[in-house]
Amino acid sequence: MRKVAILSVGMTKVDKHWRSSLRELFSEAAKRAMNGSNVPKIDALIVGNMCASDLSDQNNIGALLADHLGIVPSTAYRIEAACASGAAAVLAAYGAVSSGMHDFVITGGVEKLTDGVGGNTTLSLGKAADAEYELFYGSSFVSLNALLMNHYMNFYHVPRETFADLAVLMHKNGARNPYAQLPFEITRETVLNSDMISDPISLYDCAPVGDGAAALILCPLDEAKKYSDTFVEISGIAGATDTINLSSRSDLLTLRSIVVAAEKAYRMAGITPADIDVAEIHDTFTITGALSIEDLGLCEKGKFGKMLASGAFSEGGKVVINPSGGLKSRGHPVGATGAYQIAEVAMQLSDKAGKWQVKDAEIGVAQNIGGSGSSTFVTVLRRSR
Amino acid sequence: MMSVPRYWRELPERSRFEGFRCTKCGTVSYPPRAKCLKCGSDSLIVYKLPERGRVVTFTIVRSPPKGFEKMVPYVLGVVELEDGTNVTVQITDVEPEEVRIGMPVEAVFRKVCEDGDAGIIEYALKFRPSI
Repeated sequence: MRKVAILSVGMTKVDKHWRSSLRELFSEAAKRAMNGSNVPKIDALIVGNMCASDLSDQNNIGALLADHLGIVPSTAYRIEAACASGAAAVLAAYGAVSSGMHDFVITGGVEKLTDGVGGNTTLSLGKAADAEYELFYGSSFVSLNALLMNHYMNFYHVPRETFADLAVLMHKNGARNPYAQLPFEITRETVLNSDMISDPISLYDCAPVGDGAAALILCPLDEAKKYSDTFVEISGIAGATDTINLSSRSDLLTLRSIVVAAEKAYRMAGITPADIDVAEIHDTFTITGALSIEDLGLCEKGKFGKMLASGAFSEGGKVVINPSGGLKSRGHPVGATGAYQIAEVAMQLSDKAGKWQVKDAEIGVAQNIGGSGSSTFVTVLRRSR
Repeated sequence: MMSVPRYWRELPERSRFEGFRCTKCGTVSYPPRAKCLKCGSDSLIVYKLPERGRVVTFTIVRSPPKGFEKMVPYVLGVVELEDGTNVTVQITDVEPEEVRIGMPVEAVFRKVCEDGDAGIIEYALKFRPSI
């Protein structure tokens, strides 16, 4: 197996891109990634996407994107793992390069949520859950996570204010990120006074609905120097699953797929949670962010609120969480989110993050969830020397 | 829209509340699975779930998926049944604000939703406060 590098990355601002289609969005990100290094050719395109079949009436998007980007006859296909599609595509691309099947792969994700009309977007996102045993009863993506948040608040005696503070930090970070969909600061009251969506989750506990695309170019680590001065090593990458049905889990407040994927990725990279300088974590909702931080081993179970209040997750703290603003502020173009996260960590480790640059970060982690914790991918990146 | 054969196929779980039980280790599987989650055995027999339990956690849905617009606000919950099995269900026959964690509940047959103007009317077990 060969070691693998990220040569360069590209992304669009996450936004409601009314003027751009699915294919145009991906090509914009892909061209930026291709212009960021001297990549000599593209052997394959492996893209993450969740909702195109439902909202854009489009399947076979591997071929669609290869055609639009002008890289026909390269191998091209789509990977789907709900909100974790982006990181799942990067994992597949890693495997393809590592095994020697392909040398230069363009990977990433694209999502065009604003092509959905009315309740179709909510319905499409809900399909990350078990259609026969969860969706049937009128559950949605928000309401399943609300079940977890209510349980967490009751079990650990944590008030809504604690979760609101995580959203406040995300917006503070995202306000500096030119790619963020919601680049403005908020207060605790903004969250507490926003409309209730599914108790106790209110509007400002949620990531916004938006469109976006992120792309990464992968190649063998040994060859990366020839094509880029700012490549980054993928030193660990792993995925794991849990029961798709939330209620089948023995402990509702531990997302086992995160624990297992993190253990595997950390072992592959030879690191422990204490070595992580910067992490892009999956905060679809404030509760998801809290469980992600805990299950990645970045703090004890039930203690994320105390650590957050101590400044441990802010700049200069123990580990900087979501300098991009996370899903909450940067945005959550679902099937592209995992690709954004990995691209953002790569930018941090090659000093390309501009105003939201974390100082001297050596090791970074990206963590991407699909469903209500049923599928997780964890990626460890290391600054190259 | 749900096809009639699919609705018919899923009746044992939805309206009779049938799962599987592992004959090797006794673990209950709901939804039914091809192999036992705990020991991996594929020796599973049909098992009727208890129809009484208590609310472990719940939420009041105010922004529904397509098809449930007329039902809001409604309560979705995880209920722990008397044998320890957890199920995701709707809590019904109660004002949403009166639902509490730990509340005893029992199964009752109710309409879930109407599948558009031409589709079937879907029914299943929901849970109401124990009488």
